[in-house]
Amino acid sequence: MLNKYPLWKYLLVLSVLVLGLFYAAPNLYAPDPALQITGESSAQVIDERTLARATEALNEAGIEHFGEEIAPNGRNALVRLQEAGKQLVAQARVQRALGDGFIVALNLAPTTPSWLSDFGGQPMKLGLDLSGGVHFKLEVDVEAAIDRRREYYVTAIRRALREERIRGLADTGSDGNVVIRLRSEEDREQARALVSENHPELVLEEDRSGDSWVLTGAMTDQTMSEIANYAVTQNLTTLRNRVNEIGVSEPLVQRQGQNRIVVELPGIQDTAEAKRILGTVANLEFRLVARPDAPDSEKQRFEYRGEDRAGMSEFLERDIIITGERVANAQASFDENGRPNVQISLDGEGGTMMSRVTRDNVKRRMGVLFIERKFRTRYEIQEDGTEKPIQIPYDERKLLTAPVIQSALGGQFQITGLDSPMEASELALMLRAGALAAPISFVEERTVGPSLGAENIRLGVKSVQFGLALVVLFMVLYYRVFGLIAVVALSANLVLLVAFMSMIGATLTLPGIAGIVLTVGMAVDANVLIFSRIREELRDGRSPQMAIHSGYNAALSTILDANITTLIVAVILYAVGTGPIKGFAVTLSVGIVTSMFTAIVGTRALVNLVYGGRKVKTLSIGGSQS
Amino acid sequence: MKVINFMGQRKLALAFSVLLLLVAIGSLATRQLQWGLDFTGGTLVEVNYSETADLGSIRDLLDTGGYAGAIVVSFGTDRDVMIRLPQGHADTEGNALLRLLQDNFDGIVELRRIEFVGPQVGDELREQGGLAMLLALGLVMIYVAFRFQFKFAVGAVSALIHDVIITLGFFSIIGLEFDLTVLAALLAVIGYSLNDTIVVSDRIRENFRKLRKSDPIEIINISLSETLGRTLVTSLTTLLVLASLAIFGGEMINGFAVALLVGVVVGTYSSIYVAANTLVLMGVSKEDLMLPVKEGAEQDELVP
Repeated sequence: MLNKYPLWKYLLVLSVLVLGLFYAAPNLYAPDPALQITGESSAQVIDERTLARATEALNEAGIEHFGEEIAPNGRNALVRLQEAGKQLVAQARVQRALGDGFIVALNLAPTTPSWLSDFGGQPMKLGLDLSGGVHFKLEVDVEAAIDRRREYYVTAIRRALREERIRGLADTGSDGNVVIRLRSEEDREQARALVSENHPELVLEEDRSGDSWVLTGAMTDQTMSEIANYAVTQNLTTLRNRVNEIGVSEPLVQRQGQNRIVVELPGIQDTAEAKRILGTVANLEFRLVARPDAPDSEKQRFEYRGEDRAGMSEFLERDIIITGERVANAQASFDENGRPNVQISLDGEGGTMMSRVTRDNVKRRMGVLFIERKFRTRYEIQEDGTEKPIQIPYDERKLLTAPVIQSALGGQFQITGLDSPMEASELALMLRAGALAAPISFVEERTVGPSLGAENIRLGVKSVQFGLALVVLFMVLYYRVFGLIAVVALSANLVLLVAFMSMIGATLTLPGIAGIVLTVGMAVDANVLIFSRIREELRDGRSPQMAIHSGYNAALSTILDANITTLIVAVILYAVGTGPIKGFAVTLSVGIVTSMFTAIVGTRALVNLVYGGRKVKTLSIGGSQS
Repeated sequence: MKVINFMGQRKLALAFSVLLLLVAIGSLATRQLQWGLDFTGGTLVEVNYSETADLGSIRDLLDTGGYAGAIVVSFGTDRDVMIRLPQGHADTEGNALLRLLQDNFDGIVELRRIEFVGPQVGDELREQGGLAMLLALGLVMIYVAFRFQFKFAVGAVSALIHDVIITLGFFSIIGLEFDLTVLAALLAVIGYSLNDTIVVSDRIRENFRKLRKSDPIEIINISLSETLGRTLVTSLTTLLVLASLAIFGGEMINGFAVALLVGVVVGTYSSIYVAANTLVLMGVSKEDLMLPVKEGAEQDELVP
């Protein structure tokens, strides 16, 4: 029988549509503006009392709130607000009431009902151009990190030559290599042995110029890319830690390409504040652990930084052996027994200081302090009676580790006795925080105000609606019943598109909406192709049933070719494009795939239901039929 | 169905296309493109004034405030103002400028957006954009050559290059800003125009195999006439939604919509006159498309 689908095909179409409706549904529930409260340190627990203080502050300010909840693990709490416009005021009030130690972040609390979220239903994420917020692109100065390493080689080699009493001069060559000039060939041999032992990663070459024997050491590309990689990972980790302080609920910190880092902070307006926090530099201090009998004037107490030793503390001497600037490199590694350790290299001066102090203090312990610049908020009453928050910087010093000095240390030593390779690499990362962290600069910055974001959504929705209405009107007038069927398929396509985007957790941006609009216009193309074929077949004198049947068949390969080539373009857009282009490519490709399903299988099911399996004299498809 | 003699005008169309291309290339060479912030680098600040903004006084304020060379224009409404600083200002200047505006106005100056793009990013984006375009054209050519035939691939790609250059030329002549979204639109134009060209090519191939006529020009005319209805309807629906996007979508998406509007019109024209014309010029013939197996089966068909 022509134009009859087996039952399973109808069921397939129906179930895809139902699934689509289900997963698209969360987007119908507008999120509530909310405040998210978290503790600054992980030990800080949010309890009912904290929440009560927050809500009290809101009540005083006359800001309506509802649906307060504390997360089961006690790490954060959510307060929903009635009005989005009061979010910023509310944030300031609550931050004021809770004081330092808590982070109050702007948030949009999803209102997805549990019958949807239980099955993984979630609304689409909104891009910064729709939600408002800041987008930073930072560039890590990889060259600077490599330069620093070069300088370190020069000082380390100079010192080694001096210690071994080899007469020679080490310096950086014009081509960026380390150049060592020596008096004799024997000296060069000795120097060569020394350098290759201390720095096996350098590629050594010999040369003669004038009356000196020259030894040049070059960094391999691999070493340089390792340094670069370290520098970027280092900054990435530090940025992640700091972003949490800024007070946004869903920040994004992501590496992009070789040496870029993208930071996205939804809801933030004050970029100066955000940059200040992102740009702070961390440092290190190495100090001896104080003897138990040391007088109070000579010792200071510091808490451990790590979570596993939260609350524990040590007394350290007030004298600083060296600071982080002296650390040339720190690397997680394994000792000969396969146990994880961290290898630390100091620069020349650092090595001298370290050996001077440790020589006389073997078997004592040495603490490593991690210093971060933090800010405390004070509120000052202005002349006009309003309060103005003022940020006061202070250095927070916390203890990373306090290992025992086993023997006199020099420019290179290691910290052993670590529990896991994980702990080793974390410690190494922290130790590199001082000197090796390559400088970062802001190469791109985009701020979208909340009103513009909201307007973009409104305009985007409006253009989808108008575009859709125009297409519907035209299709129904031009293709009659078949046009109606195409319009149903088009709407189904929109639902599937939204459902799919929500399911894969894609982010909707303004160009993404443009992609949806374009999909609406182009998705009918498949149906136009089919319908013109059917009209042609009818003109050629085929029976209506035959015309439908061969119309669909003949158009299929054309539709496939046309869509696959467009898909190629969309995929290239996604692969090569950044930011706004990617958002457009995502909706375009998803739209192409869903439209093929609805326009071919979907409309066929409807056509079969309407016309299939019965005697039909004419088709309501418009145009001249003879 | 009436067969329209499209190819009868092919010499005229060729001249028209060449003229358009020359104008476009000429304008691109002399006036260049009005590169947007994404490509040039620099700072852009968009603000909303609570009352009608006086551009003159804002310009004076900026001139004296250390922002000489700032471009101040109204953006959409007379209360929306866009300020563009050339490259060389630090990344913090956007906020400083905003504060300057707020301090010197009695009403409310609301931040709409601030964009800062460093010089290195701009160059990279331009490079990436060009690369994307070339990659798209290359892959499309391979796919079409594989699915159809080499002459069709040349036809399709010439049509695409034609469309891209003319759309770029349009942006250059009108002086519209060329930013990242416009680049995306341009790639979408490639996708759209290709779609059109493929549909037409598909029909030409089908007719070469099906019809017993051997005159390529006649076959192309028949194919174009058969697909004309579809070509016009699809272009129309696409133009309808694009017009809606251009009218309602707001300033940020306007360039995108305009680029696509131009591209779709040119793309529709090019799928008829550039792609098919190239086929004729390259001397496409039945032999290029014959399926050896099918030939025998169609032997005893009678042709009216």
